[in-house]
Amino acid sequence: MQRNSGGSVNDFAIKLANVNGTGSASANGLLMQAIFRMGIPVSGKNLFPSNIQGLPTWYEIRVNDQGNTARALNYDLMVAMNAQTYARDIKEVRQGGYVLYDSSWPLDKSLYRDDVNFMPIPFAQMCNEQFENPRDRTLMKNIAYAGALVATLEIDVKTVENLLDETFKKKKNVRDLNLRALKIGYDYAKEKFACPLPFHLQPMSANGDKILIDGNTATALGCVYAGATVAAWYPITPATSVMDAFKEFCEKYRKDPETGRNNYCIIQAEDELAAIGMVIGASWNGARSFTSTAGPGISLMGELLGLAYYSEIPGVVIDVQRVGPSTGMPTRTQQSDLLSCAYASHGDTKHILLFPANPAECFEFAVKSFDLAERFQTPVIMLSDLDIGMNDWVVPKLQWDDSYVPDRGRLLSEEDLKKLPKYFRYADEDEHFVAPRTVPGVDAKGAYVTRGSGHNKFGGYTEVPAEYQQVIDRLAKKHAAAADFVPHPKVQTTFQARFGIVTVGGCDLAVREAIAELAKKGIKADYMRICGFPFAKSVETFLNQHAVNFVVEQNRDAQLTSLLTLETSVKKEKLKPILFYGGFPLSASQVVDAIEASGETIAIDSETYCDAPEFTTE
Amino acid sequence: MPSIAKPIATHPSLQRNELGLTIRDYEGSMSTLCAGCGHDSITAAIVKALWEMSMKPHMLAKMSGIGCSSKTPAYFVNGAHGFNSAHGRMPTITTGAAAANREVTYIGVSGDGDSLSIGLGHMCHAIRRNVKMVYLIENNGVYGLTKGQFSASADIGSKSKRGEANRMAPIDPALLALSIGATFVARSFSGDKEQLVPILKAAFAHRGLALVDVVSPCVTFNDHEGSTKSYQYTRRHEARATETDYVPKTSEILAQLNGNGVTSVTMHDGSVLRFRTVPPGYDPKDRQGVMAYLQERQSKGEVLTGVLFVDESVPDMHEMGNTPDGALTKLPFEKLCPGSQALAELQEEYR
Repeated sequence: MQRNSGGSVNDFAIKLANVNGTGSASANGLLMQAIFRMGIPVSGKNLFPSNIQGLPTWYEIRVNDQGNTARALNYDLMVAMNAQTYARDIKEVRQGGYVLYDSSWPLDKSLYRDDVNFMPIPFAQMCNEQFENPRDRTLMKNIAYAGALVATLEIDVKTVENLLDETFKKKKNVRDLNLRALKIGYDYAKEKFACPLPFHLQPMSANGDKILIDGNTATALGCVYAGATVAAWYPITPATSVMDAFKEFCEKYRKDPETGRNNYCIIQAEDELAAIGMVIGASWNGARSFTSTAGPGISLMGELLGLAYYSEIPGVVIDVQRVGPSTGMPTRTQQSDLLSCAYASHGDTKHILLFPANPAECFEFAVKSFDLAERFQTPVIMLSDLDIGMNDWVVPKLQWDDSYVPDRGRLLSEEDLKKLPKYFRYADEDEHFVAPRTVPGVDAKGAYVTRGSGHNKFGGYTEVPAEYQQVIDRLAKKHAAAADFVPHPKVQTTFQARFGIVTVGGCDLAVREAIAELAKKGIKADYMRICGFPFAKSVETFLNQHAVNFVVEQNRDAQLTSLLTLETSVKKEKLKPILFYGGFPLSASQVVDAIEASGETIAIDSETYCDAPEFTTE
Repeated sequence: MPSIAKPIATHPSLQRNELGLTIRDYEGSMSTLCAGCGHDSITAAIVKALWEMSMKPHMLAKMSGIGCSSKTPAYFVNGAHGFNSAHGRMPTITTGAAAANREVTYIGVSGDGDSLSIGLGHMCHAIRRNVKMVYLIENNGVYGLTKGQFSASADIGSKSKRGEANRMAPIDPALLALSIGATFVARSFSGDKEQLVPILKAAFAHRGLALVDVVSPCVTFNDHEGSTKSYQYTRRHEARATETDYVPKTSEILAQLNGNGVTSVTMHDGSVLRFRTVPPGYDPKDRQGVMAYLQERQSKGEVLTGVLFVDESVPDMHEMGNTPDGALTKLPFEKLCPGSQALAELQEEYR
């Protein structure tokens, strides 16, 4: 029995509940990509377990013609394919929403809700009848539900068929199998239900200049374009696919056409200690080198990040953040490595950090990371996260300027050295407190001993307080000088409001949508997204311009708030942390609710109210 | 790594090598190790070997971790870059450096604390990767800089300066390396420069990682009665398993080869490692045989020295990775960056 609910075109959210390892990812990706090709703004979030097979996994698709594609929490449609999670999945559907489920087995009566519409389809039964091979029976159930969605949501059939053609270009029989399964679900839905549902799709043309890509792939591409030649890594979720993609791109672009040799070297290290050691060794020798890791790797790399900082060796670390502490939740997202990265290592250390918000920025900032690392002769850590890194995002096409020349910083060539009467490693600093460096194999005049032990500005060992301080003080100034070079914050001050909302990284879309929602409620807020550390001067300016700054971030301990407090002169009272750290990507409604619940918006209103002169006489 | 500059005074009669350099040109700063330290003798052997080989100073990189041994790169070849890194991490940094520029020659100087405890994993994996480098362990059985704790190479029953006996089994770097596929394994004694110099030359000529374990007594903390790493103990128990001559590629092989089995190994660069004496039936290319022989003799308390094992047939890290013959650092940017056209084409796949 069907009941109508609020209909909308190109504005809805669906959630697909699956069992991990049953092949649902391909079907879900197919749906998402088809919607993308229909020119409609869309996002797909994979909420998956740390497991290879058997545990529950979910995929969420949000469609929004206005481009608001942060995670949405009110699901219009639940595709319930996992009996283990029926109870909670059915509970999550909004009133008047729909539940599409596998009716091969009866649904427990206690699970029924009378405020949602159930769409039973016997997927397993139909697939068992249609397919011989047990593996096909499992896999094709997914394509069958995709077929049902094609019918109910009006996904363009031709687009889906084209995608299957492209995917199975060389496997015609697999393509035919998929097409059959698609038709099973499609025909059944067409016959039994009123298609389309009140919320459905209509082709748009919003994606002409866009691509669908995950952040880890875009990061790897950035590393290729930046000219990285040595990559060292240790397998870790959610960073592994950075190196998988780097390898793939290198095989495509870095196989020397004349010699057949690999113009790159990828080393799977024995651990993260080794991975960063290799990066430092390669960078010390003048290569552009990087590693990709996650929080546990950052903890292990601390020791050598300090060595690179102190001995002034470039290097790029891609940190795809996941939920900590300890092993935490490896397949869930968080922004909880901000402080451990900013100050990684013992002693007085500070690192340059870059915070991309989406895959397009992953590409751009990855390139930037290498330039900054070489210019400032120090490690640069780019902090992505699982949501950015592993989910497919719709982003503007990546751009490349062929006139780009890598910024090698002050790296002395053989000719440079010949002109010098004498060379000392840490003397002759420039206006950004950077001293020229040399690499082995060029000229004996440039030779010196690189050391993590106390050294003076000549590079010699020292235990003399003044000599030690001279070097370490310059390092502090050098770090501060990088503030002008890291990507500046993205600021929107449309409202000139009393409230500022500050955030970082992948919270971008949710927070911008939240600002629009808050405005509808009469709460005006300006926006700033931090893109780099050390903080540009404009960060402090923004914070000072607003009476209250909500700092939206995905960790328990308000790490961005802490960093802003420590590294700007802004008073702590001006910063109000709004924290989310459960491990799923952020949604606008969470931000709106939390800001309203903070009491700050009411307090300001009543303060204004009390200050009004006509009421003071009461 | 405190160091004192040495006065530059070159006597005109000093011999010059093919590059016209004297042995003084291969020296470094003055050592600040204890007088009589075995490490200083090893430094002298390195200087001699590199001078004799006519190594271009700027084409050498001297790598180390932390510890007494790791200070020594400052004491030889001033004209070479050095990297005194972090405790145990030398193999990782050398691996990365070697990956970036294979034209430079790498010598890693480590110790038993650096390589057999904190950096054991890294040493093992550098061996597995067969990184082209000379991996030197200056092995004295103790932690010197922290004043005499046992290291992982201390023998069972060996006594500390305070009289405490070690009860845990030692890690023998030579046997360990052989068990994980090392392609060149040698052992020597810091007091035996005559043996060490040709070993080092052969190690530099090796195709991949050459592990050279050198017993190097610590005069301050481990040179007493009851220690199995003292000068006296090592002198009494050293047994030269093999004696070798290193014959550079350009030299004519004049010496007679002896008649007891395997007598010479042609190194990857065309030079020859000639075994003057080996025990009857000993084949330095037979991994299992060498391991069995080492275990048998060492169980009798002997410290076996010499080039113990060589296998020039195994590709090094670069060969395995199919990288160019020259340094990756020398590739022009145009070869590395695919450009805007390729990016536009690639992105058709992300539609």
